Amino acid sequence: MTVSTGRVTAAERAARGRRRERPWSAHWYAWAMIAPVAVVMLVLIGWPLARGVYLSLTDATEANIGRTIGVNVIPATYEFVGLDNYVAILTSGLFWEKLTWTVIWTVACVAAHYGIGLGLAVMLNRRLRFRSVYRVLLILPWAVPAFVAAFIWRYLYNSDYGVINGLLRMAGLSGVGWLDDPTTAKIAVITVNVWIGVPFMMVALLGGLQSIPAELYEAAEVDGASPWQRFVAITLPGLRQVSSTVILLGTIWTFNMFPIIYLVTRGGPGSETEILVTYAFREAFSGVRNYSGSAAWGVIILAMLVVLAIGYRRTLRAQGDPW
Amino acid sequence: MKRVSYRRRGERGPLASIGLHAGLLVAVAISLFPVVWLVLTSLKPRDGWLSTELRLFDDASLDNYARVLTGTQFPQWLLNSVLTAGLTMVAGVFLAATTGYAVSRFRFLGHRSVMWLLLITQMFPVAILIVPLYNLMAGLGLLNQIPGLVIAYLTIAVPFCAWMMKSYFDTVPVEIDQAGLVDGLTPFGVFWRVALPLARPGIAVTAFYCFMTAWGEVGYATVFMSQEDRQPLGAGLQHFIGQHWSDWGLMTASAVLIAIPAGVVFLLVQRHLITGLTAGATKS
Repeated sequence: MTVSTGRVTAAERAARGRRRERPWSAHWYAWAMIAPVAVVMLVLIGWPLARGVYLSLTDATEANIGRTIGVNVIPATYEFVGLDNYVAILTSGLFWEKLTWTVIWTVACVAAHYGIGLGLAVMLNRRLRFRSVYRVLLILPWAVPAFVAAFIWRYLYNSDYGVINGLLRMAGLSGVGWLDDPTTAKIAVITVNVWIGVPFMMVALLGGLQSIPAELYEAAEVDGASPWQRFVAITLPGLRQVSSTVILLGTIWTFNMFPIIYLVTRGGPGSETEILVTYAFREAFSGVRNYSGSAAWGVIILAMLVVLAIGYRRTLRAQGDPW
Repeated sequence: MKRVSYRRRGERGPLASIGLHAGLLVAVAISLFPVVWLVLTSLKPRDGWLSTELRLFDDASLDNYARVLTGTQFPQWLLNSVLTAGLTMVAGVFLAATTGYAVSRFRFLGHRSVMWLLLITQMFPVAILIVPLYNLMAGLGLLNQIPGLVIAYLTIAVPFCAWMMKSYFDTVPVEIDQAGLVDGLTPFGVFWRVALPLARPGIAVTAFYCFMTAWGEVGYATVFMSQEDRQPLGAGLQHFIGQHWSDWGLMTASAVLIAIPAGVVFLLVQRHLITGLTAGATKS
């Protein structure tokens, strides 16, 4: 489904005669190479997506979805209810609460990822003893699978046996129930995600820094630019291509970041640290499984991300990026 | 850190050097501490995790490891994970390489949309796909089956990998392809015999990324694999940390066993990973 819509827009574009994109026959083998992916995507993303959108317009739950138990086929009895699910979600205070927290979570995490990543990349880009040792050690958190990292941190935060409280007690302070209080739990999950995500940013930005020609810095130095001026006038613009890609990717990934919150706090205390994605997941797979409600949450999340990405791309285009 | 004043080009004062190293050391300490603590905890005796005392190796024991390997389903989960991740890797590399190559080389109808669509699939939240995908898998009898999980992982891994492979193929000069065509290879022959071997680092990175995606995934694994003996590690390990009962000794030991192979492979390919990620992005 998705692929075909793509082709239509491309066809329109070709019809306008703008690109050197050639018609189907000239590059049939290109399509032959893409076919496997197109098929996989169509079946596994296109179809579930269409079905998810449909489910979101019904009142399907675990109770009425219809299934086969042994030889007995229980028919589905859910009905089409139009936009009821969406209305219910968008008018609930819960949604806006979760949205606010998700936005805070995303902005805080991506800002910290980018800021710390850039700082470390700049440091590592200098001539320095032990540079490769530092680099490898700093990349290490990336090598730890996210779910393992989540479990490690959960242990560190443990209020009775965790090392963080252990250190606090050693310093004569009383321990903190890190995951029991909404505010500290939020800080805790952001910390975990920052710890996991910084290496990626650092590595990507380091690659970007290394592609900036040294002559630029030399020329600026000859012209008497201060280090700060050089950073603003050469480093930041030189990183624009990389930055725009990693920030967009980082935003999407963080927005949809599932394992950290699911495993570190299980969304708790209450559902305070639940972001939109984990909340929708819980709707679908706990208690009476509310498939339609969860699908509606999913559609809303997706719509927001698509709008974000399109807006982002527009902005970049307007600034002259060929992206 | 950036604002150190230059003495001569490329040199800085001793204070700035100290600052630079101090900053990096702090960062290294933060990045290493949780991992080091994990290893230390796993080496404590059976109930050692119940204390926060910062004792190091005075009574190190491999008790936890022995319990994990003999007394739990860990070996079975590990096998499931290895199978799942391995299959995801093979299929993912194949799909990503063909797509990446086609998009990098041919300005065919819709090639832009293909890349853009791949990016958009990155945005799909688990929540919207998981229920229909669950139903689809149930319909095909693929629940609790490793191939079902592999297919689900491909939807996550392939889009990003195709982007990476494209940027690798972009770095292989087109002239080489053309030479291959002149020598009588078909377009597929050029791909298989010329371009693919030249993009070997890219393939290593893609393989690694696919493997890690499957190795570390939790959501799909938890939902699709309800039978305990079919679960991969990400789902299985949750049994160690229950609502009312936790055994962090088991947990830390298995976490170390999982993280070590991943870490070793990671350190081997990380150089390529860096080039792969940035090659596409920095090219204008």
